[in-house]
Amino acid sequence: MRRAALAIALIAACAAGPAVPDIARHPTTLSDSGPEPQLSRIFSEIEKNNLDNALAQTESLLQQYPNFRLAHLIKGDLLLARSMPITTFGNALNAPQEKLSDLREEAIARLKAYRDKKASSNYVPRYLLQMEPDQKYAIVVDTQKSRLYLYQNDHGRPRFVADYYVTHGKLGTDKTREGDKKTPIGIYHVTSSLPLKKLGDFYGSGAFPINYPNEWDKHQGRNGHGIWLHGTPSDTFSRPPKASDGCVVLANTDLDAIAKTLQLGLTPVIISNSIEWLSFDDWQSERSALNKKIDDWRQDWESRDLNRFLKHYSRKFQTKDQTLEQFAKQKSLVNASKEWIKVKLSNQSMFRNPGQEEVVVVTFDQDYRSNNLNNQMKKRQYWIREDGTWKIIFEGSS
Amino acid sequence: MRPTSLTPSLARLPALILGLFLSASVAFASADTLPEIQHLMKQGQMPQALEKVDSYISGRPKDAQGRFLKGLILTEMGRPAEAIAVFTKLTEDYPELPEPYNNLAVLYAQQKQYDKARTALEMAIRTHPSYSIAHENLGDVYAKLASQAYDKALQLDSSNSVTQTKLSLIRELISTSAKPGVKPSATAHPVAEAVKMAVVDPAKPAATPSAAVAPVAPQVKPVEKLPEPAKTEKAPDTKAASTTLAKPAGTESTEGEITKALQNWASAWARKDVKGYLAHYASDFQTPGGVPRKTWEAERTQRIDKPGKLQVSVEDVKVSLAGDKATVKFRQHYSSASLKSSTGKTVVFVRSGSKWLILQERVG
Repeated sequence: MRRAALAIALIAACAAGPAVPDIARHPTTLSDSGPEPQLSRIFSEIEKNNLDNALAQTESLLQQYPNFRLAHLIKGDLLLARSMPITTFGNALNAPQEKLSDLREEAIARLKAYRDKKASSNYVPRYLLQMEPDQKYAIVVDTQKSRLYLYQNDHGRPRFVADYYVTHGKLGTDKTREGDKKTPIGIYHVTSSLPLKKLGDFYGSGAFPINYPNEWDKHQGRNGHGIWLHGTPSDTFSRPPKASDGCVVLANTDLDAIAKTLQLGLTPVIISNSIEWLSFDDWQSERSALNKKIDDWRQDWESRDLNRFLKHYSRKFQTKDQTLEQFAKQKSLVNASKEWIKVKLSNQSMFRNPGQEEVVVVTFDQDYRSNNLNNQMKKRQYWIREDGTWKIIFEGSS
Repeated sequence: MRPTSLTPSLARLPALILGLFLSASVAFASADTLPEIQHLMKQGQMPQALEKVDSYISGRPKDAQGRFLKGLILTEMGRPAEAIAVFTKLTEDYPELPEPYNNLAVLYAQQKQYDKARTALEMAIRTHPSYSIAHENLGDVYAKLASQAYDKALQLDSSNSVTQTKLSLIRELISTSAKPGVKPSATAHPVAEAVKMAVVDPAKPAATPSAAVAPVAPQVKPVEKLPEPAKTEKAPDTKAASTTLAKPAGTESTEGEITKALQNWASAWARKDVKGYLAHYASDFQTPGGVPRKTWEAERTQRIDKPGKLQVSVEDVKVSLAGDKATVKFRQHYSSASLKSSTGKTVVFVRSGSKWLILQERVG
């Protein structure tokens, strides 16, 4: 009787989903690193009322991750269930409720992610429209799921490698202000790797600042700084889902794994509230449509027809120092002296901004030639959906 | 199924122990020395008992009864390491006897080695599945292990709040007298009755609140009859009720006290008053990484005592009060010769008499 009570209590806390995915069928795409497979097995043993098995597996999980607090909590419950009936997940007397609910949330996040794992291998995050050849990997974070997904660049097409549990801001996402304890949503990259010597134990095995606030954030008036990907203090394996001051926090072993893939200034780190997944067909068509649009812009620039060129720009267009009107005036002045223009784009990447606004960040090497001026630059454009079509709202050198 | 209560009644013990000794003297006529030793033990003459039992064993090195008594004597004399050795050897030579396992578990539990205690008790039960004392002891050990696991899960320090486990030591080897194959019956268990080894719960709640609540029967013998859980629940209740009215004003000034304590702490730090600074920490302060208090103090002293000007101030202090504890979140501005920082901090204060002392301190 008391066993049944425990099983119910634990399972209710974890909102049991459908069956555990079939690991055997996707041996290559499902990474079995991390404690989720074992956790999932422990919970299914509890469901089946095999509490002795569950305890044995919890103890072996703890040998692997001695500071895994969630596993200690489960162990406590399983031991206590042997000496008295228990009623809930986490029966510690006089325990601070906040800490208990943190661990419950971590359990739910980890188990759900494990059960929903198929999505990550059969679908593509909408944001990874196109990676440039030099970008070997891309990182996409889903804060609602407390998950970080690592993708490899397979000739422009993202291929799922692994996923990891992460912690984000105490007060959630959509960072706008310094000190708001929120994690920013957007497209970033890692700017540097901070030397371990300078970091306290709090940051674990390393820290990688990202470029928040980026141009778009600044354009939107967002501020703050010091958003990092970093590790975990030595006294714990992981932190609760929402616990940082805005940073994205990984277990130290996971951070070490990610660190190997990070190219400073290059690897995209895209943080979203909830990843939108596309089938490969949908992803392909969205990508072609946008590529077509960008090529139209390039050709219209070469045409030297100012009206054709300017129709690609949003009414709210801005550069760092010009409005659309000023920009148009300058272009018309320049165009007067042009007999011919050739524009070549290469190393192009396209990343869709997560969130409500339909924005795509396009980056490329631009090789501009004309009768009186040649220029090569790396350019970044923000394309926005306006009047049913894609238009440029911001551009500048990157 | 055994009762859910973890603590077997103490009240019926004395009579049972008496019976136990009488029956023991009949069961083992092999040597008159054994009852004699037991008599010495009963009178608390442990050194003499030990001397007797040693000479008894020297003639019969295999004798389980004699060795068992020696283990008990050593336990009584506060020589757990030797007692453990004696009982361990017994479990090796007589793996079918549950009593040595049980007593080994009691000794391990006293040393807070609950994993070893658990293994030993599980062995006792494997040999005698219906052994009720071992079951009860095991229940206590599981609860203790659970509490340790919770401590690790939730980063609590319950070492001073949880009562010491009260495992029962078995005083008599009975399974040797039972013929092999004869299962120890339910009636046999009380014979191997237990004596509580551990000190009784140090945090004995005062009886005053209950007396106040029930003024009708002042003559009723109070303390022992009151079921403990009910009592612990009751006390905070009545307290809460009585303070409800005064609460708003009370908490406000309490928060003031705590903020003051925090500021005093910061200023002691800033003026490098190490003694004053350390005095703000509770005796059970949870040192970072669980290092020994001394180590931590030495490290802090060294840090604080560095040359150069030091400035420490606090800002945005938010106090959330819960009974005798308060979680205080604030921003700490720190500047020294080598470092300038401004960090979010959380400090947990605990009321200690009229003072508020720091129980936990962390960044974030």
